[in-house]
Amino acid sequence: MKEKMPVNSKKLLTVILMILMGILPVESQSEVGQDSLPAKNDHETESFDTGRFIFEHVLDAHEWHIATVGNRHISVPLPVILYTKFPELHGGKKFHVFLSSEFHHGHTDFQGFHLSTEEENKGRIVELDKQGQVVGRPIDLSITKSIAGAIVSVLVLFSLLFAAAHSARKNRGRAPSGIHNFVEPVVVFIRDEIAKPSIGEKNYKKFMSPLLTLFFFILLNNLLGLIPIFPFGANVTGNIAITMVLALFSFFVTNIKGSKHYWKEVFNPDVPLWLKFPIPLMPILEISGMITKPFVLMIRLFANMLAGHMIVTVFLSLIFIFSSLMGPAAGYGVSPVSIGFAVFITLLDVLVSFIQAYVFTLLSAIYFGMASAEHH
Amino acid sequence: MELVTPNVGTIFWMTIIFGLVAFVLKKFAWKPILHALYEREESIENALNAAQKARSEVENLTAENEQLIAEARGKKDAIIKEAITLRDGIIAEAREKAAIELQKGIENARNQIDHEKEKAIQEMKNQITDLSFIIAEKIIRNEMADKKQHQELVSKLIDEIKLN
Repeated sequence: MKEKMPVNSKKLLTVILMILMGILPVESQSEVGQDSLPAKNDHETESFDTGRFIFEHVLDAHEWHIATVGNRHISVPLPVILYTKFPELHGGKKFHVFLSSEFHHGHTDFQGFHLSTEEENKGRIVELDKQGQVVGRPIDLSITKSIAGAIVSVLVLFSLLFAAAHSARKNRGRAPSGIHNFVEPVVVFIRDEIAKPSIGEKNYKKFMSPLLTLFFFILLNNLLGLIPIFPFGANVTGNIAITMVLALFSFFVTNIKGSKHYWKEVFNPDVPLWLKFPIPLMPILEISGMITKPFVLMIRLFANMLAGHMIVTVFLSLIFIFSSLMGPAAGYGVSPVSIGFAVFITLLDVLVSFIQAYVFTLLSAIYFGMASAEHH
Repeated sequence: MELVTPNVGTIFWMTIIFGLVAFVLKKFAWKPILHALYEREESIENALNAAQKARSEVENLTAENEQLIAEARGKKDAIIKEAITLRDGIIAEAREKAAIELQKGIENARNQIDHEKEKAIQEMKNQITDLSFIIAEKIIRNEMADKKQHQELVSKLIDEIKLN
């Protein structure tokens, strides 16, 4: 046991390091799995796969896993919506809508669809031919865990803001009350600290609603993602597709509301002619800048939220790592430390949630301001 | 790679959800909330301006009042001053008059005294003359013997007496 410990702690260290550095640990996960197998002692029948544990918690899924009691998985099935190019393999239909419970956590196939457990398409739906060979992947428009989580937080957001709006309508001209009292300082903060300084007194009003929507949506998703109880706790803003849509929203608002001056700066800036003709160097630079801005927004929010979720999971998995290495007693012994760290990181994540929502909104506001400025 | 590869389905649903959220919130949440905010800020601004105006008005009034009071005080002082000069004048005049009267009285008294004195002297002279006659008579009566001599003497004495 003592000889094995350095090896495993080294592995753990690599996992933590890679997570901290933001390197994709999908490959490392398989490495951990393969390495730990030969190193397994005979009395340790169940090994704990840290990588899998962590990734199952942060990756998107077709079902919403709540808990595992013994060998039974308690999870909420989510709708699977597929469009296939090979209708002949799936009973002649192109569109397929069914619940993910039909897969029985990947143990059974359904109408020629298979929830892959292999490394390459893990957790994704693949199509099988008659011989059971993988032929490709259908277009997957399923309501996944991230989308379900986003829908839940949208419902929370709507109930919160509609209550505030109702109170705002009712208490016209008077001091805000109730939930409105809670929303309004945030609105005022976004207006006075983000919109006005970045966009300017003249133009800020037309950007208020995109900024507020971005801020509240991101903040609420960040915070609800930290609550580890169903129907919250889905890793929504730590999903790159979600942050991509948010960044694209910022991109489209910037470019649709861009002023004449902004477009002139992009296509015909005041620079020497050789920078624009015959090779349009400056326009190429400007357009790449236009794309880089939302790209950075996407990556920043995604990486920050993902890292938060991962670190909490890593600290909690320490309990299981220790108990699988040195017996249950070690696991119990480590648990207070682990839980302490996890609580600390979760609290830190609350802060990060606010900061990231603020930063995303602030940068969007700066881009809006640059696009709507009339002159330098 | 799954972690950093955006899933088409997620993008599709997220676009719909976020588009809907942005639209619905803009129309039904931000509009009333921002409207209420702007309205309240405007009304507070107006109230503050009104208060400022009222305050400056009150200040103006106070200044006016103070000016009035100062004016009244000045007037009062002027009146008092005038009264004092008037009083002093009256007193001085009265004093002067009194002095003149006194002078006059003294002059009168002196004149009267002089007059009386003259009168008294005249009377005294007359009486002296009478007395002299009586004395002379008596002397004459007593000294009838030497009549001639006495007569000469008397007339000589009378001549000698110069009345004055």
